[in-house]
This record gives sequence, structure tokens and C-alpha cells, in this order.
Amino acid sequence: MAVHDDELWLDEDAGRLVRPYTVSNGRTSPTKSLDLLSLVMATGQIATTQLAPEHAQALGLCNGPTSVAEVAAHLRLPAMVTKVLLSDLVDCGAVTTRSPHAAASPTDRSVLEAVLDGLRKRL
Amino acid sequence: MAYENDSDLFPTAVKVLVAGGFGVGKTTFIGSVSEIEPLSTEELITAASIGTDNLAGVENKATTTVAFDFGRLTLDPRYVLYLFGTPGQDRFWFMWDELSTGALGAVILVDPRRLETSFEAVDFFERRGIHFLIAINEFDGAFRYDSEEVRAALKIGPHVPVVLCDARGDRSATSVLVSLVQYLLTAMSSHSA
Ligand SMILES: Nc1nc2c(ncn2[C@@H]2O[C@H](COP(=O)(O)OP(=O)(O)OP(=O)(O)O)[C@@H](O)[C@H]2O)c(=O)[nH]1
Ligand SMILES: [Mg+2]
Repeated sequence: MAVHDDELWLDEDAGRLVRPYTVSNGRTSPTKSLDLLSLVMATGQIATTQLAPEHAQALGLCNGPTSVAEVAAHLRLPAMVTKVLLSDLVDCGAVTTRSPHAAASPTDRSVLEAVLDGLRKRL
Repeated sequence: MAYENDSDLFPTAVKVLVAGGFGVGKTTFIGSVSEIEPLSTEELITAASIGTDNLAGVENKATTTVAFDFGRLTLDPRYVLYLFGTPGQDRFWFMWDELSTGALGAVILVDPRRLETSFEAVDFFERRGIHFLIAINEFDGAFRYDSEEVRAALKIGPHVPVVLCDARGDRSATSVLVSLVQYLLTAMSSHSA
């Protein structure tokens, strides 16, 4: 097959053609698996001045535990690109992360009870 | 080592999906519950390509971009709830695994003037085995169906809650989420009984 996967259109309504992103040096698969709800937080071990501008900007957005989705929205970058940037930051020790699936299962009763309590307090 | 036990540092993020057809009030609902203005970004999804004659064993995959919005609600120091709006107009969000993986459940908003726009969402969650409830967003002046009429039109079982809401109201939208989580707890008890 001559055409690369990423260059296929699903069909003409599906969305734009996917091109390698310059900001993440063309990589589209992060080494560390992050999903939209993974929480990331700066460790304080790497200063933003030690990083390239995009990485520094991403790092500046995670002073407290912040979701990958929020970092992406604030950077105005696609989530996929943001995941690559953040996984670089994890690799170099600038941020630490925790996957949502590590702790919360939709079938965990105690999680649902805590969510219910939290919601009821707002009524 | 300061970061040995991540669970001391991080709350647990949980996710509820807000679905329904184009313009039913998903973003409005998310904004009513969220402590931040709804944010938006886009994600790539990989989907099997449609309408091609696949050779046996050869999977044709293609990548497409879907835009979505979301909001956040800190429930307590341990739990943060994220509300994800499914892209109402995009035909391909149905192939997006990451969206549904790990979701506690879903709210399907229904516009009582256009019930049919939420059929696809019902179908999606039934197929994925994700529990959902139906929230009828009462637009002003909209003809009021009663919940049994909506249940019949959407062809959903008697166990699925059907509630009324005003997506613009904080309390109303929060009450919908309370109903959803109560339903999830009930469903869990009846399965493990
Ligand atoms: N009167 C009234 N208007 C509403 C209500 N909920 C939403 N709207 C309005 O309906 C329009 C669509 O609402 P949105 O929240 O943007 O709907 P959506 O489902 O996010 O739309 P898409 O993302 O485009 O699919 C907006 O102009 C809202 O202000 C409601 O309960 N009553
Ligand atoms: Mg919307």
C-alpha cells in the first residue's frame, strides 16, 4: 500500500487531512500513554527557562493537578499534540502524572458514592 | 523520593458524558454545572474506513479530527468531575473509544421538539454498554411530552430514568447528574445481587 495511513481521508466529511505537527517535531505518538483525563503536575525540578517555548508554555499550565484536556484547550493545540508535549515533560522529569484509570473504575461503588455526595452538596 | 506515592498529590478525575443531537443544549448544560467556562479542544480519532472493500485480514484505518467541549467540577479534595460534550454535528465521534472508556455514565439531552436528533446517542450508549439517562431540555414554549411518550419514542427500557431539566439552570443541571449517579448505583446493586 503506497499511501500512508495518516494521509487517508475517511471521506470528504470526516475532517481535514492529518499532517505531521511541526510543534512536536512530527511525532504523533507520545511515549508515555496519556489520555484526556490524565492529570499532570509540575514537579518543580525543571525550570521553564530550560525548555523550548512550547514545552515551557505547557509546563506553565500545570502548577496544580491539571487534566491533559485543559492543557490542550489553553494551549489551543489539538489534544494529540499536547499529549506529545506533556509526555516529553514527563520523560524529562518536569511533570508527574497519574492516569484516571489507575484509580477510578466506573464500577467502583465508593467512587460513585463520593461523586453523589459531592453533587448533592451543591443543591 | 518526593513523588513515590502519586495518589497523595492527585485527586481522582472522573468523567460523565453529555450527549444528544445538534443544538440540544449540551454546551449550555456543561456550562451550568462547570466551575470554569466550558473549554474546547480537538482530538484525533482513528476509525476503520467506511465503504471500502477490505481484503481479508487487512484493516483500513484512517484518522479524523473531532472537536469537543468540556467542563470541570471539583467535588471535594479527592474527586474532580469532568463533563465531556459529545460533538453533536460530527458523524465520527461514534468511533471514538477514548471518549467512552472509563466514563461513569452519560446524560442524553433531548430537545422535545426534535426527539429524533438524539436517537444516535441512545444507540451509541446501548451498544457500548454505558448507562445513561434521558434529560428532556425544556425549551420555552416547547410542546411537553410526558416522560412515557419520550420513552416510547426513543425505544428505551423501563429502567432508564427520564427526567425534565432546564439546561441553563445550575440546580436543574446538577439534579440531572444526581439522578444519573443514583441510577448508576441502583444498576450496580441489581447486577451484583
Ligand atoms: N430557551 C432555552 N434555550 C436553551 C436551553 N438550553 C439551551 N438553549 C439555547 O439553545 C442553543 C443551543 O444550545 P447549546 O448548549 O449550544 O447546544 P449544543 O447541544 O451544545 O449544540 P451543538 O454543540 O452545536 O450541538 C443556545 O442558543 C442556547 O442558549 C433551554 O433550556 N431553554
Ligand atoms: Mg455545543
